[in-house]
Amino acid sequence: MVKVNLMGLRYVSSTKRNLTKLLTASALCFLMATNGHTEGHAPTPKKVDWSFNGPFGTFDRAALQRGLQVYREVCSSCHTVHQIRFGNLKGDGKDIEEIRTSNLGLTEAEAVAIAGEYKTKDTNDEGEPTERKSKLTDKFPAPYPNEKAARAVNNGANPADLSMVVKARVGEADYVYSLLIGFDKAPEDVTVGTGQYYNHYFPGNLLSMAPPLHTDGQVTYADGTKATIDQMAMDVTTFLTWASDPSMEDRKQLGVKILFYLFFLTIILYFAKRKIWKDVH
Amino acid sequence: MTNNDSKSVSDQVTKGAGVGTWIEERLPVMSFINHSLRDYPTPKNLSYAWNFGSLLGIMLVIMIATGLMLSMHYVADTTLAFDSVEHLMREVNYGWLLRYMHANGASMFFILVYIHIARGLYYGSYKSPRELLWIIGVVIFLMMMATAFMGYVLPWGQMSFWGATVITNLFSAIPVVGESIVQWLWGGFSVDNPTLQKFYSLHYLLPFLILGVTLIHLIALHQFGSNNPLGIDRKGPEDSIPFHPYYTIKDLYGLSFFMLIYMYLVFFNPNFFGEPDNYIPANPMVTPPHIVPEWYFLPFYAILRSIPNKLMGVIAMFGSIAILFALPWLDKHPVRSAKFRPLYRIFFWVFLVNCFILGWVGANPPEGNFVLIGQLATAYYFFHFLVLIPFLNKFEPVPPLPMSISKPVISKSAKTAASKGSKKNG
Repeated sequence: MVKVNLMGLRYVSSTKRNLTKLLTASALCFLMATNGHTEGHAPTPKKVDWSFNGPFGTFDRAALQRGLQVYREVCSSCHTVHQIRFGNLKGDGKDIEEIRTSNLGLTEAEAVAIAGEYKTKDTNDEGEPTERKSKLTDKFPAPYPNEKAARAVNNGANPADLSMVVKARVGEADYVYSLLIGFDKAPEDVTVGTGQYYNHYFPGNLLSMAPPLHTDGQVTYADGTKATIDQMAMDVTTFLTWASDPSMEDRKQLGVKILFYLFFLTIILYFAKRKIWKDVH
Repeated sequence: MTNNDSKSVSDQVTKGAGVGTWIEERLPVMSFINHSLRDYPTPKNLSYAWNFGSLLGIMLVIMIATGLMLSMHYVADTTLAFDSVEHLMREVNYGWLLRYMHANGASMFFILVYIHIARGLYYGSYKSPRELLWIIGVVIFLMMMATAFMGYVLPWGQMSFWGATVITNLFSAIPVVGESIVQWLWGGFSVDNPTLQKFYSLHYLLPFLILGVTLIHLIALHQFGSNNPLGIDRKGPEDSIPFHPYYTIKDLYGLSFFMLIYMYLVFFNPNFFGEPDNYIPANPMVTPPHIVPEWYFLPFYAILRSIPNKLMGVIAMFGSIAILFALPWLDKHPVRSAKFRPLYRIFFWVFLVNCFILGWVGANPPEGNFVLIGQLATAYYFFHFLVLIPFLNKFEPVPPLPMSISKPVISKSAKTAASKGSKKNG
């Protein structure tokens, strides 16, 4: 077999995803036999009927707030959400209805209160390094001072930034959720190294993250929702989906209006075209 | 003389000829617009396959406009580029809209240009007297590819970085000077900050060059006017209609329809053509499991990989586009439109399917059957241009063609005359 190994780099693509892209791009449907190529053997993630799916999808605010709690109490001990400022949690708008239905649905006071629970490094008026209470304009603090420190305590692995994780993984929210509930005992023929864990949905199955959600009731939800592993995984995935794409709701709402407008414009232009061309033979 | 001139101008002013005439006399802009967009005589039988040129022009304007606004927020520095894009997406009003329009616009641009090129191939639009029009088009296509490649590097995600590394490394295949060229491209010894800044500068420059070459493309087009589905020359004024209102309304309708698809992607599936890996910041220490070019490069990428020798692979890849320059001289068959060339028509569709096969192979790892399929498809790509098309020059019969666009039906007497003629020739 000739394996073309260009410049020492494998310049190849995965899977049927790219194939789909190519074909859809050309608006041609080919019925092709699947290629029998499997990368590792990562199964397709579980399909979840998320509230944010579809053209009219919105975030479930309660789930978002519970998800934030799971992030703060569990994930944040190793993972950053680098792109998120405390102010991003605050709902937009003037009246409380609007505020409760955008971003995390928190009021300014509530967001300030959360920020106040964190410290941000700064300098005082004498120019000496100091720590102060975080403000709305500050980002969530990172758990480790730098990448080396992160790797040193995580068996050589660098915990990924979570603010983009849903967008940055094939399978998006479904994958992140599946990964969180996908830890299991390894089959007997798989050797699991020290600091490694078996997961059904991770490509290659062995990852360096211990099951983060391991016990029902690991967090205590303020709204009384029962914190099962599945519930926590759903909630934190909702939160991370928002973190990856906070403008999703605005985008979809504007998109519906624009497509509606374009649809009627297209029809009008079609009839205008027919009328103008009526006498051309 | 001078007196006369000023007299005539002041006469007009006193006659109340208006500002328009005043400007027109000094700068014939109105007559230019009138000539090229209003009265411009256009074949009356153009199908919707002729909508794509104007769509491409509009797409170019959309890309330049959104790109200009993106550039106001983008920072071409390896430590800041990724976050500057996220800043735009999250904290600039409608920044996400600008970026998604630009990113999806690139994909739409290539879909449109591929249809535009396929239209030219099918209807023989590259044939005399439109050879230069075609060649200028291929130049635009090459410039688009360079622009798209460099634009994809700018967000400085994993795929940006590794794509840039792989593609710039292609030039190292050039004997003797290859290594020096690659270092010159990089501005150093690997893809790094100087590379990013260079690519940003060139990505900003190239669209304006494309705009300029597009104007030349239009001048060449207007010299003989559009080809048409019958592929025959216009015989008289009855074959033409003015561009406005006929093609302005048809192009507007096409534009609106196209925008429906484009805006669907922007608003409801904005990352459809993107790679998830590009939302991970570039990391020279971690190679992604799969480095993938953008979908529109996949067929060429398959050609590159099909040749086991690196230099030959690079030559074949560039050759696959360069061969388009020679097409007007490879295809010497006197009939333009595939409508009247049943044999060429079959080869055209097979060629198109072959291009999809190449894209499919390019999207898969070079293992197992893909290697063989890729090599066969690559061979067929060149076989089409170098053997099949020249073969048809001699062996595809010249059928009777319609008298004119206005009389698309071949009259009985013309038919017999033509068939007699072809018999005589044969």
